[in-house]
Amino acid sequence: MENEVPLIKVTIDGQEIKVPVGTTIMEAARQIGPSVAPPAMCYYKPLQGSGGKCRACLVKVTAGSEKDPRPMPKLVASCITGAQDGMVVENFTSPEVVEARKGVVEFLLINHPLDCPVCDQAGECHLQDFAFENGVGEKRFVEEKRTFEPEDIGDKVQLHMNRCILCYRCVYTANQLTEKRVHGVMGRGDHAQISTYIKNSLESDFYGNVIDVCPVGALTDKTYRFKSRVWFSKPVDAHCDCEKCSGKVQVWYKGDEVIRVTARKNQWGEVEDFICNTCRFEKKKTSDWVIEGPSKIARNSVIAQNKYGLNQGNKPEFALNYAATNFKSIDDSRDNSQNLEEIKKSEDYKALMQKNDKFFSKEKSLK
Amino acid sequence: MANDIKILTEHINTPGIETFEVYRKTGGYNAVEKAIKKMSPEEIVEEVKKSGIRGRGGAGFPMGMKWSFLAKPEGVPRYLVCNADESEPGTFKDHYLMRNLPHLLIEGMIVSSFALGANTSFIYVRGELMYVIKILEKAIEEAKAAGFLGKNILGSGYDLELVVQPGGGAYICGEETALLESLEGKRGNPRNKPPFPAVKGLYQSPTVVNNVESIANTPWVINHGGEEYAKIGIGRSTGTKLISASGHIKNPGVYEIPLGLPVDEFMNSDQYLGGIRDGHYLKAVVAGGSSVPILPANLFYKTANGEDRLMSYESLSDGGFPTGTMLGSGGFIAMDETTCIVRNTWNFSRFYHHESCGQCSPCREGTGWMEKVLHRIEHGHGSMSDIDLLVDVAKKIEGNTICPLGDAAAWPVASAIRHFRDEFEWHIKHPNDATKPGAVFMGAEILA
Repeated sequence: MENEVPLIKVTIDGQEIKVPVGTTIMEAARQIGPSVAPPAMCYYKPLQGSGGKCRACLVKVTAGSEKDPRPMPKLVASCITGAQDGMVVENFTSPEVVEARKGVVEFLLINHPLDCPVCDQAGECHLQDFAFENGVGEKRFVEEKRTFEPEDIGDKVQLHMNRCILCYRCVYTANQLTEKRVHGVMGRGDHAQISTYIKNSLESDFYGNVIDVCPVGALTDKTYRFKSRVWFSKPVDAHCDCEKCSGKVQVWYKGDEVIRVTARKNQWGEVEDFICNTCRFEKKKTSDWVIEGPSKIARNSVIAQNKYGLNQGNKPEFALNYAATNFKSIDDSRDNSQNLEEIKKSEDYKALMQKNDKFFSKEKSLK
Repeated sequence: MANDIKILTEHINTPGIETFEVYRKTGGYNAVEKAIKKMSPEEIVEEVKKSGIRGRGGAGFPMGMKWSFLAKPEGVPRYLVCNADESEPGTFKDHYLMRNLPHLLIEGMIVSSFALGANTSFIYVRGELMYVIKILEKAIEEAKAAGFLGKNILGSGYDLELVVQPGGGAYICGEETALLESLEGKRGNPRNKPPFPAVKGLYQSPTVVNNVESIANTPWVINHGGEEYAKIGIGRSTGTKLISASGHIKNPGVYEIPLGLPVDEFMNSDQYLGGIRDGHYLKAVVAGGSSVPILPANLFYKTANGEDRLMSYESLSDGGFPTGTMLGSGGFIAMDETTCIVRNTWNFSRFYHHESCGQCSPCREGTGWMEKVLHRIEHGHGSMSDIDLLVDVAKKIEGNTICPLGDAAAWPVASAIRHFRDEFEWHIKHPNDATKPGAVFMGAEILA
């Protein structure tokens, strides 16, 4: 190809990957996998200009590049820092990063109400996951949290400003998706708030997407409020012919009832295709949708706790093999009626051997 | 005497210096004539580089280097922005300069814009200084009428428009990228760097942002040459610096000092501050505006190695963070023994809490947290663990934010605890004594 982008080598937590020039450290880490990908609270790949605000994705660069292998003096936000050839990055392996991230969790939780038991986002909340994975289990903030006057921004979207972590995602969404943005950030410091300034309701065909991009429970769906906990509902992938959007959605069932419709999200919690308000708020019947099948649920998701979405037919092969290698017949001296040869002839033993035929053949060849 | 060299304030006491006629008679605008008629932009940049002048806004980055980083793509305008959003507590030098010598700034702007190839330049003035904006606008009109601004300056074919833009009164807009955002009419949030303004600044075009005082130095550099400028000062701290002195000193005000002046002379000679007010002694000094680390008197006069400290970038930061400070923007605050460091730290912290833009989480939440904890200690409700908590919070803010405001909020708190920990402990152990009006920790004997 003529315009082939040259590849550069980046090492993140000891794992090497080749990525095109211009890739950020975050994207390179995500290509390696979730084990090294830094957490992100404000960065949102589909939204241009997002990132750099929450500081959750701070990483340590121990070697800047092949040409200039000096380390960077400060921790850098991986979502906005471009990778260089020969860059060496420490993420979860750097105590400095782990410590800074503990700090970020603490800072984000200072003014965030810990009302998860009554919050609609609980169970699919990025802040909950982030705090659980990177935070400490104690709090040192004893003062009163700052609160805001509740504000009504329309009949479909509920704004809980107290829960907002000011990631600016909804502002970018409205900027880039809709013709006219009516909400923004007012004020500054810890009293900065998402608001429409003069009491105004969000109006556009796509404003519902602010619910999906919100990492916390600050913007929630009024048509879904308090209907169910996330882990009691069952998401299925579905589509419909829609004039305005792609029509590819996730339909959330509780029993036979459609309780809400959201956009489909990828592994990083980012919306794949933004959907229109008609699909999101109006089509709440199974007959509106063509069902494609259960959505894939990450193993560590709370929804997977009641076994929903995990492919039950696919037995974990590794575990079986492991069990087979470590299998030892019971040394039961009280019962000598069956000797070893007899056991080997038994149907159960043969079945087990057959099942792990493949493994045992490997084992023999090793010997 | 080398100490008498005045680069900026030589004619400041001449009556009517704020008018074009008087300023021109004292040799004003000669630099514009020389630069535009006899020099090429590259030569001017070279002279500024030779002068070794460092940014006077706080960070002290060499100005010539900053200019040479400016990207020069074809067909894209370049901008010069003068940062006159001086709002650091304790700093009032730019205000003084613009109020008294508006034409000096304008002359510097013309020369600098010519060197950088900018045809539109901005002076972003702090919104509170409305009368200064009027002075500047009047001066611009006068310069325009005399042919030093506008189209075809002095018949050279070079055009320059100067725009004075009032800010909205936010401290954060003194940060260069927040200033650019604000200038574009957006919310003044600092941008993520890179890209730096030299590549993508105002309206996504290459931009240089310089402090008022830095720009005001350029006419002298043009007139006398960069090498001559570099002779003033000491080591890599060249030239003179405006210091705005306040606090418990005999002669508060703005002073132009040659860099490298011994601290002792600056503090105690009658030519400068004249010492601490009678009957009192120096307790602590904030040497460069509220955001630099506070220093106790002993570390201020002598470095940790026992050397005499000088008023220069290097000497003040000698000892690094633990025992040094920074020259910063030159906001010199001297405090005598009647100053309560805890209350002072709380006051600074309150300012940063109020002025944090709220974009990135460590600064947004951390400044408020520190302010609340300091408020608690000051008002007699603190506990011993609060001191370590403050140190830890400051550590977690520092270096982890988008712009330097996080550092600026963390440093005063961390340094105050480092040098005056006993005072914090006294506040916590003796809340009844500490909360009496005007109560100050006077040393160990009071504890007994």
